[in-house]
Amino acid sequence: MTVTADLLLEATGVSKTYGAVVALKSASLAVRPGEVHALVGANGAGKSTFVKILTGVVHPDAGRIVVRGRERTAHSPAEARRGGLISVYQEPSLIPDLDIRANLRLTETPREPFRHWLGELGLRDLDLSTLARRLPLASLRIIDLARALAIEPDVLMLDEMTAALPANLTERVLDVLGRVRGGDRSVIFISHRLIEIAAVCDRATVLREGETVGVVDVTAGTEERIVELMLGQSVEALSARTAAVAGPESRARAATPRISARSLSSGTRLNDASFDLYPGEVLGVVALEGQGQDELFDILAGSERPRGGELLVDGKPANFRHPADAIRVGLVYVAADRAEALLMQRSIRENIALPFSSRLRHWGLIDLGREREKVDGAVATLQIDARAGGEVRRLSGGNQQKVTIARWVAGGVRTMLCFDPTRGIDIRTKTQIYRLLRDMADAGAAILLYTSELKEVQLVCDRAIVIFGGRVVGEVSAAEGDEPTLLRAAYNLRSESAVPEGVAAMLASTSSGADASTPAGPGPSEVPQ
Amino acid sequence: MTAASVVARRRALDAVAPWARRNGWTLGLVGFLGLLLVYTKLIQPSYDSSGIQGLAIGVLPLALAAVAQAVVVMSGGIDLSIGSMMAFTSVVCATMMKGQSQEFAVVVVLGVLVLGIVLGAVNGALVVLTKVPDIVVTLAMSFVWAGCALLVRAAPGGAAAEWLRNLVLGSFISEWIPKSAIVLIVIVAVIWIPVSRSRMGLSIYAIGSNRLAAFRSGIPVGRTKLFAYALTGLYAALAGLSLTASTGIGTPVPGPYTLMSVAAVVLGGVSLAGGRGGLFGPIVAVVVLQVIRTDMTFLSIDSNYAYVAQGLILVGVLMVGSFALMRRSRA
Repeated sequence: MTVTADLLLEATGVSKTYGAVVALKSASLAVRPGEVHALVGANGAGKSTFVKILTGVVHPDAGRIVVRGRERTAHSPAEARRGGLISVYQEPSLIPDLDIRANLRLTETPREPFRHWLGELGLRDLDLSTLARRLPLASLRIIDLARALAIEPDVLMLDEMTAALPANLTERVLDVLGRVRGGDRSVIFISHRLIEIAAVCDRATVLREGETVGVVDVTAGTEERIVELMLGQSVEALSARTAAVAGPESRARAATPRISARSLSSGTRLNDASFDLYPGEVLGVVALEGQGQDELFDILAGSERPRGGELLVDGKPANFRHPADAIRVGLVYVAADRAEALLMQRSIRENIALPFSSRLRHWGLIDLGREREKVDGAVATLQIDARAGGEVRRLSGGNQQKVTIARWVAGGVRTMLCFDPTRGIDIRTKTQIYRLLRDMADAGAAILLYTSELKEVQLVCDRAIVIFGGRVVGEVSAAEGDEPTLLRAAYNLRSESAVPEGVAAMLASTSSGADASTPAGPGPSEVPQ
Repeated sequence: MTAASVVARRRALDAVAPWARRNGWTLGLVGFLGLLLVYTKLIQPSYDSSGIQGLAIGVLPLALAAVAQAVVVMSGGIDLSIGSMMAFTSVVCATMMKGQSQEFAVVVVLGVLVLGIVLGAVNGALVVLTKVPDIVVTLAMSFVWAGCALLVRAAPGGAAAEWLRNLVLGSFISEWIPKSAIVLIVIVAVIWIPVSRSRMGLSIYAIGSNRLAAFRSGIPVGRTKLFAYALTGLYAALAGLSLTASTGIGTPVPGPYTLMSVAAVVLGGVSLAGGRGGLFGPIVAVVVLQVIRTDMTFLSIDSNYAYVAQGLILVGVLMVGSFALMRRSRA
């Protein structure tokens, strides 16, 4: 570790637990004056918790944060702001119903520097009297960044702000960051795109399982080193037990696919998703956060309608207007967030009975005897601890998740869409859920499983598709799908080449449009001239 | 005491305890009502079966209004037009019954119930289609229905059929069992029990508890909401009928029924956030509020203080409720 006095911002031994879940064990970060510093970590590494602590949204359990040699305890984002740390998020923090000028006044942003940075970022002709809500998302992000730059903070934190930004604007942003570097101000750059990190960052701090596992100087070929650090040693230990659980690949490939997605797109995030899901298989979906997987699952579950593309269920075109339509053809959805799926104040029975009783056509009485039979069967199958069954919110997270699965098991599953179903639940329940998914697939069900824990792919899936920038960019079989392979695939890196082609391309061409590895959402490119 | 009997008692307790915990609020309310009645007897030794009958008749319209409100609140909405719907249905009933035969009155009653369903369905349809918040739509509609009531009859008047009056006045079997209490129980049971046992009842709780989860489970959220409002309209019409039945006339200007129904719903343990509670709690709450007013009369306290007291009770209840909620979420 370097001497504290040289550092602009130093955080050491930061930890945070939520109940039994350790979000952050011992995170540290040292930012030198004048550098662009990357903060990276795979899903669930504790990155977002760390960011929240640095920006004062969350108070840490332990650890110190020192800014310019003075210890700082920020209890709110406003205090962190006064302490010289300003953040720009993926979601712009502009008040939609105020015009840009009023938004600037709200944060006491000096007008002239703001104009200057706006020009640098390519929005010179913006009319400041426009209401924020009338501007496209991409412009709002640029305005948010210009506003932050105009205040000249000691530390500027950019949290995934280039995600889903059109390629030309991303280049502008990276270009400006390159020029900000130097001086005595610093930038903390958080991104899933290693290409961008390679392009602008000086050093990178890598988080894994709530701990800082390394700080690397960013040079050509650093991506591989970063990926290695993100993976750690956990890889070998796991691959041993894979074969036992994962079933035979591609059974019944000849059959009609249960789901065929053809170039599905939605909003700005999902651009081109095509894949087939067959009966009897568990198909994994591997993606970094925000690559369009949420939109994909919403479309499949009938919560949202696609902007383009085609969806076939059992070989027939499907056009869902309501989740009820999806449920009717057997597509059922299990959410990561139990709060999205459960009636927390109601009983286990009611929660399980909810969807399949609604499938009954008549409005008459629920046949309580038959219903109880089904509910009891599902409770037994999933080994739900029903002692606190009066209100679902009294159950543990694992048991709650079992209830969300049980409601579909009770009705008989044909196709289950699981969106990170094991997020935040204990290992024993996880194993039970793996076993259950496998059993259902063996019984002929088709299961689509998005998981943020890459090791689950080998534990339960037959194969996995990889989504990056809203496109399905690859497919990996369970046998090949160890963590390093999947993580590289998720970051859209070729495992062979040390330097991804994208880096060279991006550094070389500063004026051309999208290159192969930069997702160019067709949506937000209508930036006002 | 033997070990076996201890185990047996423990088992019985285990069976009762969850039920008691879930209905703790209502049980407490019933206990409080018991104490209040004892207190009433102490300060007014002449309070007897006729007092109970008067209480039951006074309670009936408000209890039905509270039930109407409870249904819509459980679905996650609120209806501020209940008082106006009661006035409207009440004057329609009284006006059409005046000078008509007893048999025709049956048709009138059925027609008024249909009217109530239509009024509620209009409220619900506006909420669902315009996506304007429930509180705004129903407040606006309360003026519409109040205006309609005045169009039907500008001043109190009309009449009620004899059999309708006899339905709520007097007692049944014993003089301690007022007819209006029986009517209340029958009305609530006949409509609510089938609904709550059907998919619709579960859907009403579901959209009130978690709209997103309900939507994702394939529940038609809009249709369910419309149904809840229509059911509220039906109960409001029953409340309006009970007003006509107990007074013998129709009054076009609504009493303070809307806000009292909200008060009773809150006091009765139905969460204003939706998804929780039943109909028994609000009914008990209405009786409690009514007995408090009666006691204040016996103590010859200015009746205006009764309103102040009711308001304070409500604030106190809300405070206790939110404290309990905070402690529970922290645990």
